Amino acid sequence: MERFELVSKRKLADRVNEYVVYAPEVARHCKAGQFVILRVDEEGERVPFTVCDYSREEGTVCILVQEVGYTTALLARLEKGDRLADFVGPLGNPTDLSAYKRILLVGGGIGSAVIYPQAKQLAAEGRAADVVVGARNEGLLIYQDEFRRYAKDFYPVTDDGSNGRKGFVTDVVRELIESGERYDVVFAVGPLPMMRAVCKLTEEYSLPTVVSMNPIMVDGTGMCGCCRITVGGEVKYACIDGPEFDGHKVDFEEAMQRLRTYKAQEEEHMCRLRGERR
Amino acid sequence: MKGDLLRHKMPAQPPEERINNFREVALGYTPELALAEAERCLNCKDPLCMKGCPVGVHIPRFIAHIRAGELDDAAKTVLSDNNLPAVCGRVCPQENQCEKYCIRREKLGGSVAIGALERYVADHAAAAGIKPVAVPAKGAKAAVVGTGPASLSCAADLAKAGVAVTMYEALHKAGGVLVYGIPEFRLPKDIVAREVENLRAMGVTVLTDMVVGKTVMLDELLAEYDCVFVGTGAGLPSFLHVKGENLSGVSSANEFLTRVNLMKAYEKSSATPVQRGKKVAVVGAGNVAMDAARTARRLGAEVTLVYRRSRAEMPARAEEVGHAEEEGIRFELLTNPVEILGENGAVTGMRCVRMQLGEPDASGRRRPVPVEGSEFDIACDEVIVALGTTPNPIIKRSFPALATTPKGTIVADENGKTSVERLYAGGDAMTGAATVILAMGAGKRSARAMIEELKACGKL
Repeated sequence: MERFELVSKRKLADRVNEYVVYAPEVARHCKAGQFVILRVDEEGERVPFTVCDYSREEGTVCILVQEVGYTTALLARLEKGDRLADFVGPLGNPTDLSAYKRILLVGGGIGSAVIYPQAKQLAAEGRAADVVVGARNEGLLIYQDEFRRYAKDFYPVTDDGSNGRKGFVTDVVRELIESGERYDVVFAVGPLPMMRAVCKLTEEYSLPTVVSMNPIMVDGTGMCGCCRITVGGEVKYACIDGPEFDGHKVDFEEAMQRLRTYKAQEEEHMCRLRGERR
Repeated sequence: MKGDLLRHKMPAQPPEERINNFREVALGYTPELALAEAERCLNCKDPLCMKGCPVGVHIPRFIAHIRAGELDDAAKTVLSDNNLPAVCGRVCPQENQCEKYCIRREKLGGSVAIGALERYVADHAAAAGIKPVAVPAKGAKAAVVGTGPASLSCAADLAKAGVAVTMYEALHKAGGVLVYGIPEFRLPKDIVAREVENLRAMGVTVLTDMVVGKTVMLDELLAEYDCVFVGTGAGLPSFLHVKGENLSGVSSANEFLTRVNLMKAYEKSSATPVQRGKKVAVVGAGNVAMDAARTARRLGAEVTLVYRRSRAEMPARAEEVGHAEEEGIRFELLTNPVEILGENGAVTGMRCVRMQLGEPDASGRRRPVPVEGSEFDIACDEVIVALGTTPNPIIKRSFPALATTPKGTIVADENGKTSVERLYAGGDAMTGAATVILAMGAGKRSARAMIEELKACGKL
């Protein structure tokens, strides 16, 4: 097996693939909550992905990728046996929920990939968490069987009601809290608007909330400062200070604005990839 | 008096041409120019120039070889002390090093152009295939963390002594600041690649995608190798800490230059994007600020460089400042940004205040103080902050046993020996942001100390 070879590729939902990559060095120190940076080919850009599983024995690291832009589209064209140009990590800090006992994990869309290793680990530690996972529809709801296995209680929710209840993750979180469920912490991972909504809600209940940020990065080791976000009025680098932060202190508006920085250029790249001209 | 009186200028691409390309600006001496410049060297009995060279190149000797037409010998002389002469000949601040001490400097038509001659000789060495000589490994093993100038220099000297060296690079390409920071038009990446290839040819293993402190830990390296050198540089960019700094369109020079240099974003077809502002403001006046300003110029921008002190205090190499001016970079000196202005999350301008120089500060330079009521706005759609860097905290956080200063630099003695046995450090990681040649000097001193230690314990 060659370094950075794709061991497997599995379609989990429309435009969502799970890739298992042979990267023994990364797997050796990898912990839940950390991320990797990969380049698809020698001309590729560096893009970060949160680790969603790993096996030290097999020397593999698993990431979940939603096809949303140029690099993710290139990835989608790869198959088992193909090799990535680079796959470096584990970067950032691991999730640390050791201080908490009663934990609520909330995943939105692809963000469920980040809470999945937590659910698994917490179950192994004998303090299984409640898990709320939301998606636009049934087809986009990922890791259902796994969550059912590792969660204390599992609450799927879809925008259109095609699976679980109809609504948003915040609806379920509010109901759980209102129904008297006591949590020490919420760990919420998903698109920025979803994490912002969860934080706004939990703030009402003074319920500590940890979020995982996924800003634009270049090196991922603190060198470029591209991933800076404002947390409690202070500038932090998601790559070396995060990626997880106190959600009640994160400036989500700014994070959303910064995520749009290269939108126009990304669209141009996509056109080129599709063979269109602009 | 020997030779021509006046120092010979190196030919360069004309400014109006070079602002449209990323090719090297300085073109190097022709054989005639090199010979004429070599004739200017007085071959002093006590060569003061050598005092200014952190790696101790025997300057009069290699210049004498040029004069005698013995270019191969000139190359071997340089290579015996300097592992990266093609790099140094291009990016060393010679006016503050060797050339500062040249006896000719002011009265005799200017210092001998030692840097230009070194470059000439190094390029001859590459063309003629003259390389550092490999020595069979003798059993001792060393790890070198980072692949920038300090590490490359350290690794080369270790390899020359028969140590089996493995280098660990965090990025996907070796060379450190020489590949991500210094632009192509000042240091062609082919030259850096060639230096790395020379190391490989000497038996050095260069591993990429290995972040020490994340992918592999320092204590693991100490367990696996007889000694370890840390040359991880000063990677973390400093910002202004003013309002608006997180607007889209504000980046550190590190980010901007990494996108352009390492990720090749100057090519339109590059997968990695970069901001291409029409009006760019660069903050700072060091070499990195000049690199960023001149890079932005080549991407088609009108560029204003803002610096809070005056021209005399600019830390950049004189040649870079001159080149930047020729390329139409506008300097706003004694000016300091107080706010970055924006609309809908994008930069629209930078509010600045005029400064005047007051009493000398800790650095010995006169402290700039704001002139009250002098605020004015510079219209721009991109801001690049080049205010220096501090050491990356990854190593320290993953290995607390390593003593560091409050600023985060690694504590080490003049030979790079740290608080941890068999662990050495040098370059910007130890000194804070400095120059390529000082880093190389540090790498060399550490290599010497490591070799002594390996010999002392019978491993070499």
